[in-house]
Amino acid sequence: MIKYARLLLMALVVVLLAACSEDSGSSSSNETNNSSSGDAAQEIIVRVNDDPDFLDPHKATASISFQMILNIFEGLMAPNTDGSLREALGEKYEVSDDGLEYTFTIRQGVKFHDGSDLTVDDVKYTFDRLMGTNGGEKMKNNFDNVLSTEVVDENTFKFTLKEPNSNFLYALTALTSGIVPAANDGKHNENPIGTGPFAYEKYSPGTNLVLKKNDDYWRDGLPYLNKVTFNFQSDDQAAIMALLANEVDLTSVPWARIDEVTDEFNTTQQQNNSSLVVTFNEEKEPFNNVKVRQAIAMAINKDDIISSVFNGYAEKLGSNMSPAMGKYHDDSLVDVWQFDVEKAKSLLEEAGYPDGFSTKITVSSHNGIYGNIAQIVVENLKAIGIDVEIEVVEWGIWLERVYFGRDYEMTAIDLTGRPSAYEVLNDYVSTNDGENFFRFNNADFDKVMSEVLLETDQEKQVDYFKQAQSILTEEAAAVYIADYQVIWGSDKAVSGLKSYPFWYHDMSEVKMSN
Amino acid sequence: MLYLLRRFVLLIVTVIFVSFITFGVFQILPGDPVLTMLGTEADPAQIENLRSELGLDLPLYVQYFDWITGLFTGDLGNSIRFSMPVMDLMLDRLPVTLSLAAITLFIVCAVSLPLGMFAARRQNKLSDLTLSTATQIGMAIPSFWLGMMLIIYVAMNVDFFRISGYIPWSTSVTGAFSTLLLPAITIAIPQIAINFRYVRTAILEQIRLDYVRTIRSKGIVERIVMYKHVLKNALIPILTVFGLISAEVMAGTIIVEQVFSIPGVGQLLVTAINNRDFPLVQGIVMYITIAVVSINFIIDILYSIIDPRIRIR
Repeated sequence: MIKYARLLLMALVVVLLAACSEDSGSSSSNETNNSSSGDAAQEIIVRVNDDPDFLDPHKATASISFQMILNIFEGLMAPNTDGSLREALGEKYEVSDDGLEYTFTIRQGVKFHDGSDLTVDDVKYTFDRLMGTNGGEKMKNNFDNVLSTEVVDENTFKFTLKEPNSNFLYALTALTSGIVPAANDGKHNENPIGTGPFAYEKYSPGTNLVLKKNDDYWRDGLPYLNKVTFNFQSDDQAAIMALLANEVDLTSVPWARIDEVTDEFNTTQQQNNSSLVVTFNEEKEPFNNVKVRQAIAMAINKDDIISSVFNGYAEKLGSNMSPAMGKYHDDSLVDVWQFDVEKAKSLLEEAGYPDGFSTKITVSSHNGIYGNIAQIVVENLKAIGIDVEIEVVEWGIWLERVYFGRDYEMTAIDLTGRPSAYEVLNDYVSTNDGENFFRFNNADFDKVMSEVLLETDQEKQVDYFKQAQSILTEEAAAVYIADYQVIWGSDKAVSGLKSYPFWYHDMSEVKMSN
Repeated sequence: MLYLLRRFVLLIVTVIFVSFITFGVFQILPGDPVLTMLGTEADPAQIENLRSELGLDLPLYVQYFDWITGLFTGDLGNSIRFSMPVMDLMLDRLPVTLSLAAITLFIVCAVSLPLGMFAARRQNKLSDLTLSTATQIGMAIPSFWLGMMLIIYVAMNVDFFRISGYIPWSTSVTGAFSTLLLPAITIAIPQIAINFRYVRTAILEQIRLDYVRTIRSKGIVERIVMYKHVLKNALIPILTVFGLISAEVMAGTIIVEQVFSIPGVGQLLVTAINNRDFPLVQGIVMYITIAVVSINFIIDILYSIIDPRIRIR
């Protein structure tokens, strides 16, 4: 019996020793990362926070999904890094003078990942599927304004709209309408096929999504990488360890830990293009009173939030538009409600609440920033007599109760950015029942937002969008705190990363060097 | 035979009972699987489609009945979050959790048995006191902290170890060890501490008995006294504790899997609960129930092998 026990112990020691002495050898586990000799392997491992919700580009809604699958799918149009659009699978397009007809010439010589050619029928199939005009359920509401679609000839496709809509082209990127092959009907989620620079290889839930190079990609010479692996890792701290241990090549870095990676890794800053807001249910008392909202806007110290929650990596906002949106952003609004406790107090008194009131702020626990912000808000509002209680709930409960249920008083959240300025501001339109969880209801705002759709001149559109932003600020539709920066840490061998005003790990021009 | 049949009936009853409770709890819990999955960017059209596609618009009793009939035909349904069969997801994760459990249990046995006997023989001497104190600390260490420390001080310095993910045995045996060994040690250390205490106490109880003195007086070597006689008689309580530990590690170790990002059953369960993915949670709960019942069954049989006076009835 004792021999047996000794044997066990010996075996354990041997295993441990064998395990430890293996490190100099080229164990298969490390070959993907340690590209120290010869040509760099053109493979990259990117850490993302979570699994995609769907791989089917029409079913997917989460920005985290598009961050990955935009490498697989392309639309008729494609976004540029500055938020503007360029032609993609639509080689060129014409808009009729009345703004109702969009005629696209489909790019020739494009192949799907299964080797078949892209045809105008695939384009037709894609939009039929999205609009539910071919028997299926409607998959997106973005095309409600489309009267009809038509295959004009073998490489021409035409949309006819019910009303002019200057924002229509934005619905034609892969974020909304990635072109999928008709032959793959019913299998778009299990075996996604697109025309993008990378083809789907394997998805292991909770582990990773592996993409391989599309050798037939239509943009000459691209992509450079042979393989892209998206590793799912929800814990930021563990992700940093993985970067330091060279197990991932690219990850976001928590603000507090940036100093640890700047020596050995490249860091790039990306404006998140979200609007982090502290907001209210504007149907409920006392938040239906604009003076109360303005008082709160003046009582919250945005600088404190930026320095303590984001370690300084955030830009102060004045309205619901990030500076990342370039010319659409109105930077004159930042100082409309300057931090001023006395003024806030007197405004609250004018509003009929000289002694303040009690309320509750409901925040989600899926990201620590919301709880941290809530704590500062509580302290700030205490100074003007408003007593706030913090309620932290799970993400799923937050969505159900606050975002969709509108059963809340105050909350803090970042509103995800989009390439289209219209879609960013659209959340506050009173008839947009799905997204207007503020219950903001302002006739002037609605009017501006409906007029901009009829405006075809870009400069005039910008004016409309600025007008809309200024209404939001004046009405204090929410307290616009900041847009934070995402800091990406990457291996020094990685080059060619691009940042977009929305979540997209564009791998098409990424290269690994020695 | 009758015993087996009774066990089997007990298993079925347990499964139904547990599934009923899980289902009930999920109805009370706030949070909606479809909303959680689609997030703030969801289009109302998509929410509606997905809800009816998943059958979440059906009455509760229909949903439960569908699920339970599926269970008895071997179909655990489709995961809401991952839109694929629950069975496939679990079969993906099981080898990871079972490998981790096997390595952990091996370490626990190999360390705690000899250590416990050693301490018992030197009761109240310095070495015994040192070990008892050390195990007290071992039990008190939280596993997430221990895991982080192992990552920072061992994995970051020794190239062999990987700090995240899992490499299947079929790809590389050393690769599998490089991902599983540190987590196994993390889980094992508190369990060794617990098991050590039981072994020590059980041996101490035996060592005082008359038969031990009798054997010793016959001049039998101490080693044989300890391993052949004392350990064998002390094994019943040890086995009971070992059964509990096995059930615990087989069920997936949520925290350690999270720290080392190992795609095991525990991690899947957390994801499933956060996403209110009811079919997936049910599937995993079923697996855990069956694992626990089977381990108890095996332990029962082992009792009767070790001590033939115990009969399974």
